[in-house]
Order: sequence, then C-alpha cells, then structure tokens
Amino acid sequence: MVLNNIEKLLEKYENGETSLKEEQVLKNYFSGSNVAPQLEMYKPMFTYFLANQKEQFTKDVPLKTKQNFNYKWISVAAVIVLMIGFYIGKVNHSNDLGTYDDPQLAFNEFSKSMELISNQFNKGTATVGYLNEVNKGTSTLGYLNEIENSTRIIFKN
Amino acid sequence: MTQLEFLNIVTPFKDKVFRLAKRLLVSTEEAEDATQEVLIKLWNNKAKIQEYKNVEAFSMTMTKNYCFDKLKSKQAQNLKIVHSNYEDKQTALQKQVELNDSVHWVEKIIEALPEQQRLIIQLRDIEEYDFDEIAKMLDMNNTAVRVALSRARKTIREKLTNTHNYGIK
Repeated sequence: MVLNNIEKLLEKYENGETSLKEEQVLKNYFSGSNVAPQLEMYKPMFTYFLANQKEQFTKDVPLKTKQNFNYKWISVAAVIVLMIGFYIGKVNHSNDLGTYDDPQLAFNEFSKSMELISNQFNKGTATVGYLNEVNKGTSTLGYLNEIENSTRIIFKN
Repeated sequence: MTQLEFLNIVTPFKDKVFRLAKRLLVSTEEAEDATQEVLIKLWNNKAKIQEYKNVEAFSMTMTKNYCFDKLKSKQAQNLKIVHSNYEDKQTALQKQVELNDSVHWVEKIIEALPEQQRLIIQLRDIEEYDFDEIAKMLDMNNTAVRVALSRARKTIREKLTNTHNYGIK
C-alpha cells in the first residue's frame, strides 16, 4: 500500500508535478531504512539532497562600514580655516581709533595732542641751540683777518 | 542600517547562497568567494534593501548572475575551475564507503547536467523553493521550470539506475 503510494509519487516527481509536501514524503521514505529493493537506486539521490541541505557557509562576512573618506573635504576644511583666519586678522588690525561727537572736546583733545607734539619739537630744537656756539667760534675766527691785514702790510714793503 | 540588522536579514539565506554558488562553481573556495561578494554587494547597497520585495529571491538571482559571469570569464581565459575540496573523512569513509560512493555518484551526475538544470535541481530539491519563486529567481516561466526539472530528475534517475545495475544486467 505504502509502496504503491511511493511509486505513484515517484512518477509524479519525475514529471515535476509533486508539491513540496509530497517531495518531503519521498525524502522521508528514502532516508528511512526500509526502502523497497527495486527502488534502491533512488536512495542515494534523496540522501544526497538531504545531506546538501546541511552544508553551511562558514566564512565570516567581511562587513566594512564603508570608509568613504573624501579628500575633497580636506580642501574645503582648509579653505574655511583660511577664511576664518583672514577674518580674525582683519578684526584685530582695524584702523578705528574712535571719534568725538562734541566739537569743543575734539578741539581740546586736538590742541592737547598738538601741544604734546610741539613740546617734543621744542626739546629737539633746544639741542640745536648748541649750533650758536659754533657760530661764536667762527666769529672769533674773524681775528684771523687782523693777522692777515698785518701780514699784507709787511709783504707790501 | 547597522551591521546587526543586516546580518539578521542575511543570515537565514546566506547558506543557500553559498550552496547555489557551489552548485554552479563546484569549488568550495570559489563558492565562498562568490558568497562574500554577493553579501558585500548587498551591504554596499543596504540603503536600497528595504525597497526589494524579496531580499532572498533577489540575492539568489544575484548569485546566479554572479556565478554565470565567473564561469564565463573562466571559460574565456580557458581556465577550468579545479575543485579540490580536501577533507579529512577518514572515519566516515571507513564506515560508509558504499553509501558515500553512491552519494558521490549523484554529485557527479548533477555536475554533468546543464547549468540551468543544475540550478533548478538545487533550488527545488535541495533548497525546496516554490515553483513560482524559482521562476522569479531565474526569470523563467513556471512551465519551463517544471519541464527542466522533470528532465533533470529523469536524467539523474536513468544514470543512477545504470550505475546501480552495472554488472548485474
């Protein structure tokens, strides 16, 4: 009875008409020990199928989180750093010296600073005063003319 | 998507990908490389993974295409894939020489089948997929799959019967 059933299934199987369940029945039958002798040749086939289901992929999967390091971002970063650098430099060296709103105050400050300048200037000119001594020296040289006069008189004779 | 989420998606079918690759490429090493390649491709496109209706079927198709490409490039180079799956089967061998031998015959017979039939046998008899799923994976119609499967099964049975009865009839 069972054998009949199996033979029918085998025929269907060879025509590719069996369902997965029926194929499972065949596999179970042929993996058992009491296989009819006339069907013995099917046994290795089904054993092979069952054995092959167990083969596994043992190598590990090399999953690299993609290190997609783009070098163009370095240049972008460099440009940004440069621009920040220029900006900060400009802020530090601005020529803004401040301004006065009140004209009177501005005049006072101006005259104060001019006074300071002239003070320093006078100090400078004071040292130039020593040049007068030089003039004195040269004026004493005028006595040499007297000597010259006397020599001229002598040579005339 | 983190690595863990990805692995959760991939783990259920990565063995199937490997076995399919091995069915086509024969060599275990080649199949391992192919599997890694397929998984890495999936990982690199992980942003799109949600869009795929059936990641498993998609990966199987990808594997099939990848293996065909591999085989083509090998043929173009006139290199045959030499398979040397060395294994220490010492104890198993001594116990089940006979069974192993006939099972080995099945492997040889399947290897001799055309690629298409090999694929279908693998997907149907080993991985136990629906006909509809197989048809989608291989981009064939349902009847064509059935016909190819039927041919493959008949060939295997005939050759097995021949070897089984060798020297008897």
